[in-house]
Amino acid sequence: MNLNTIIENNNSFFKPVFFILSCFPTFYLAYLFYFDQLGSNPIENIIRYNGLWAYRFLILTLSISILREQFNLFQFFYLRRMFGLFTFFYSFLHFTSYIVLDQYFDWQEIWLDIKDHPFITSGFLAFLLLLPLALTSNARAINHLGSLAWSRLHKLIYLISLCSILHYFWMAKLLDLSTFIYLFVLSIFLLYRIPFIRKFRWIRSPSNV
Amino acid sequence: MIIKTLNKSACKENEITPEHVYHQRRKFIKSIASGLAVSAATTSILLTGCDDAKSKSPTATNQASPDSSPLPKDTLTPFKDITQYNNFYEFGLDKSDPAKHAGNFPSKPWSVTIEGEVDNPGVFTLEDIFKPHSTEERIYRLRCVEAWSMVIPWNGFPLSDLIKRFSPNSKAKYVEFFTLYDTEQMPGQRRPHLDWPYREALTIAEAMNPLSFIATGLYGKNLLGQNGAPLRLVVPWKYGFKSIKSIVKIRFTSKQPRTSWSDQASSEYGFYANVNPNVNHPRWSQRKERRIGEFRKRNTLMFNGYAEEVSHLYAGLDLNKYF
Repeated sequence: MNLNTIIENNNSFFKPVFFILSCFPTFYLAYLFYFDQLGSNPIENIIRYNGLWAYRFLILTLSISILREQFNLFQFFYLRRMFGLFTFFYSFLHFTSYIVLDQYFDWQEIWLDIKDHPFITSGFLAFLLLLPLALTSNARAINHLGSLAWSRLHKLIYLISLCSILHYFWMAKLLDLSTFIYLFVLSIFLLYRIPFIRKFRWIRSPSNV
Repeated sequence: MIIKTLNKSACKENEITPEHVYHQRRKFIKSIASGLAVSAATTSILLTGCDDAKSKSPTATNQASPDSSPLPKDTLTPFKDITQYNNFYEFGLDKSDPAKHAGNFPSKPWSVTIEGEVDNPGVFTLEDIFKPHSTEERIYRLRCVEAWSMVIPWNGFPLSDLIKRFSPNSKAKYVEFFTLYDTEQMPGQRRPHLDWPYREALTIAEAMNPLSFIATGLYGKNLLGQNGAPLRLVVPWKYGFKSIKSIVKIRFTSKQPRTSWSDQASSEYGFYANVNPNVNHPRWSQRKERRIGEFRKRNTLMFNGYAEEVSHLYAGLDLNKYF
């Protein structure tokens, strides 16, 4: 029995498991908050934590398509929407913690931040572009838009990825190893979308021979 | 007790709420001081060991001083935060790394080299450096270029007193400082994050300003490794990265020296690096800051609130260009 069939036969088991796992960072943050483990600058810590998880889920979401196309692992495909929504969920926490905890609704300061600092502009843009994707993530929206229009709209994820890369890159004061790896992975995923790179079958899994 | 009369923009003693631990240390004078209200005559004193203010409870402080200043009060940042939230890339990039990795620092004997345009150069042991100076206390605001800030009770002596001992000659226009380079004691230096060793510099006029300070301790204790043991610079009107830590060499030069962050990104970090709410870092705003331990941001003050003491140093200088 191979991996594909295991997953195929246990969809109803795996999906809730992945859901709970994806919620775990939120529980952990609540735990850190409750036990006062967020350090000397808890606000900065909360913002960065949620931002990093948004970024991780973005990588996870994009990797689902790559798994299908390059490794023929289409059985993970049903998780793509959920991971996409978790990307939005952590982005939302990231964005609201910036608005509420960092700026405390100082709209003028927020506007100047978005206007004057490309690091904030790119992050804000990524969040804005995620909104229509999150709103059209249900079957009704797909039917309403038609699958072609829907999939065109959802190509925005690549623009979102580009904005996220810039946001992360411009935020970093120095590029340490882990930041570099995060930026590198998402950049590779974006490069992969360039048609001639994508068409090339990098890995021939036994099932497509 | 040395009381240095400087002026208004220093942390005023009636604006300082003492940290609990520190306040315990001064408990013995509490009975004497508790009856004293902060008099008008003392409001323009830079705190250098005014026991009455430190031994007063926060509520007493609030009641005793009619707040003439429109600014929020400065409260001493707890010892825990000062010693656990540090930028000291020689020990790692994370804020918590220095506290983790600088526990035994320095574990080898320390000396300070004095060289360049001075009449009395030499290599001095730590004892030689410290011996002639009596220790005083300075409560200074510290504003990091990353837009957070603290209030720290330093112990040490004025930089000018140290400099005078070596008799700089007329060619000495700048003072250059170097941090230790030792990959064994400072594991962060194994990676080329900055062009090690860390280096900083001041003009001679900045260095001789009465605010410029060599810290050897804080909260009445010797400096910990993460705070720049055994001696560091403190220039409170400049962004924190100018206040170089763990100094092993001081060189007097006629030309403007290189500085680490300017080398790293000259469009983002200038030679002067004066705290200035009107000149943003290209990537983020400098108008406001988060005081560690507070929720709402504060407005950042020109020269970190020390304009009266230092603005004359920059008369006629375009601060947008020479940031």
